[in-house]
Amino acid sequence: MSKPIVATTSLAGCFGCHMSILDIDERILDLFDLVEFNKSPIDDIKTFTKQCDIGIIEGGCCNSENVHVLKEFRKNCKILISLGECAIMGGLPALRNGIPVEECIREAYLEGPTVTLNKEGILPNDDELPMILDKVYPCHEIVKIDYFLPGCPPRADLIWNALVALLTGNEMDLPYEVVKFD
Amino acid sequence: MSEIIKIVIDGKEIEATKGQTILQAAVNNGIYIPTLCAFDGIKPKASCRLCTVKVNGRAMTACTTPATEGMEIENNTAGINEIRKAIIEAIFVEGNHFCPSCEKSGNCELQALGYRFMMMVPRFPYSFPQRPIDATNPKLLLDTNRCILCLRCVRGLKDENGKSLFAIKHRGVHAEIVMDHEVCANISDEMAQKAMNTCPVGVIIKKEKGFDEAIGTRKFDKQPIGHEIENKFNQGGN
Repeated sequence: MSKPIVATTSLAGCFGCHMSILDIDERILDLFDLVEFNKSPIDDIKTFTKQCDIGIIEGGCCNSENVHVLKEFRKNCKILISLGECAIMGGLPALRNGIPVEECIREAYLEGPTVTLNKEGILPNDDELPMILDKVYPCHEIVKIDYFLPGCPPRADLIWNALVALLTGNEMDLPYEVVKFD
Repeated sequence: MSEIIKIVIDGKEIEATKGQTILQAAVNNGIYIPTLCAFDGIKPKASCRLCTVKVNGRAMTACTTPATEGMEIENNTAGINEIRKAIIEAIFVEGNHFCPSCEKSGNCELQALGYRFMMMVPRFPYSFPQRPIDATNPKLLLDTNRCILCLRCVRGLKDENGKSLFAIKHRGVHAEIVMDHEVCANISDEMAQKAMNTCPVGVIIKKEKGFDEAIGTRKFDKQPIGHEIENKFNQGGN
């Protein structure tokens, strides 16, 4: 039987959730025995080359590219997991959600105290750049998400237990200490 | 001499003193009923509805309903806990609860209830409201993004002249907590700490106090909310 295939991505996240995947320590060797990775920063495969079983999403959607990647994951993965607070509720990037986009961009590129080099007052406006969204969206408000693993970052044991449960079909082990929102 | 009555919670007969609420009787008998707006020493308000139990089949708030002889109460059942979980999730989406960046994280009662009821994601859409932050007081920070309008601060915090430190402004969805700057101008460190402790979430923060406890050592890192009630009873030799 072929191995289950896992894909991962970081949208509007900080890669902390991916670091937490690596925090499963030597169990990562078991993981590589159990699954095959496809599109993921872990193996640097940039585009889907086959249908995947599990897609792990870090980060919410703050721009059009995030939405595009998330929809690609939904199309190519049987099961999608929102990993971490940003994927689940927008997280720290969503702190801008009460502030109009124009005000955010003015602060970042024109008026912020650390803006020193932008003498001509140029705002990013190129077709190559993804469009910034009106607010940061949790992933499940864009596509259907099957499972949610909270935490900032989610504890390594939570990620491991979830993957083991999915791969073995057994019920997930959820001790009190591993479900945290920070 | 106070009159002792008998009530039944989840099939277990317990003793209560006449005049006690269902909540008080439960706590005295080591039975945890989740609460948010209730606070020791403050008259109950029944605004959060989290302590909802079924009394003889009817939904009532345990913090305000007096215990009476022979009451049959449902508390820790799948149906009631599902209602409670929905309330917790509704509170989470109603405000801006950014746990990772909150000074109260690990000691927050709302967050602890999310843990106890295994909230992995709220079932409701996030509202991301716009709410003000008041950092003008030298000792206290007021971040109303995290407010759940339990009014524990309004009801429980008074100065030596009986004046309230906090009040409520506007009504309905626009309601918000404000600080009385005159009363709070010269508050003591003890009062500032009491104000922070009275708030179940991270609205009232004592300045220069945040993030001073390591992860793993905070109140709800290892033990769920309510364990002190449940454990007190077990250690009593029963």
